[in-house]
Amino acid sequence: MSNNETLTQLWEVFIRPSNGLAHKHAGSIHSADSEMAVQAARDVYTRRGEGTSLWVVPSSAIVASDPRDKEELFDPADDKIYRHPSFYNIPDEVGHM
Amino acid sequence: MAKANDDLFEYLIRLGDDHLILGHRLSQWCGHAPTLEEDLALSNIALDMIGQARSLYTYAGEVEGKGRSEDDLAFLRKEHEYHNLMLVERANNDFAHTIIRQLFFSVYAELLWEILSTSGDEKLSQIAAKARKEASYHVRHSAQWTIRLGDGTQESAARIADAVKTMAPNIQEMFDDDAVLQRLVQTGVIGDVAVLKAAWHISIAEIFSTAKIDTDLLETVAIGGARPGRHTESMGHILAELQYMQRTYPGCQW
Repeated sequence: MSNNETLTQLWEVFIRPSNGLAHKHAGSIHSADSEMAVQAARDVYTRRGEGTSLWVVPSSAIVASDPRDKEELFDPADDKIYRHPSFYNIPDEVGHM
Repeated sequence: MAKANDDLFEYLIRLGDDHLILGHRLSQWCGHAPTLEEDLALSNIALDMIGQARSLYTYAGEVEGKGRSEDDLAFLRKEHEYHNLMLVERANNDFAHTIIRQLFFSVYAELLWEILSTSGDEKLSQIAAKARKEASYHVRHSAQWTIRLGDGTQESAARIADAVKTMAPNIQEMFDDDAVLQRLVQTGVIGDVAVLKAAWHISIAEIFSTAKIDTDLLETVAIGGARPGRHTESMGHILAELQYMQRTYPGCQW
């Protein structure tokens, strides 16, 4: 299992669970191309019936926020509890939100 | 009626043994595959095949009516009582050998399960319907690797060509006909398996053309064939490993 990094690209795996929610990040895999990446993702991450759909995305295509910007990006939301929808009663008929 | 049951038992054993032995061969990659992804992929296929063998053995035990369980059939027979193809005993060798062995068998299995899914025998048709989906994925997996290795580097192309040459003598045995098969076709237990060979060659030729593998490599003198009880020298080693626990600790469970 050596030398793999240099030969194959890293891919991020997203799985849509069977309850119909959005695709969620599951982890990553190595693969030489997109088609094999889907197969590898299936083999590594859906062995226990986890999903109904898969996305794989080259890890290099992901643009991430800079950890150094953490304070200015995320701290301002800390004291604005009125943005949470916890003050509303959601009727059952609405279903999943 | 006894005869019909004998034939069905024999057929279930043949199919079960193919799947058990190849599943066991694949399980030997566990922890040794070239990458973690492939380690899991091969183990998944091994588990599918052993699962299929379990269904077939359980049903074989019912058909035989002597109270033998799936474990009795899997672990407690002698070498000549296993009626699998010699192809599935072939050594894992390098990864290309494993992939070509799988491709040859899974293309055959997918076509066969499709025919068996319309079997006049309800239980067999149910087993086949479930197994066909699994086999389709096995074909996809091995075909994609065959294409990438065949049309990859000089080294990978040479290795895949070597694998095809090694496995080619074991192609014909998959399509051998005998009295058991003929009677099962006549009674509608299995469909027309005579079409398998041509369909198999069409599928393989298509994959080989994308993979840039010469189909002339498939033309060779057949070895093995006419199944019952004949094996390569690997079989004794396979069974020694496979049966060790049940032979040493009879009836052990975990």
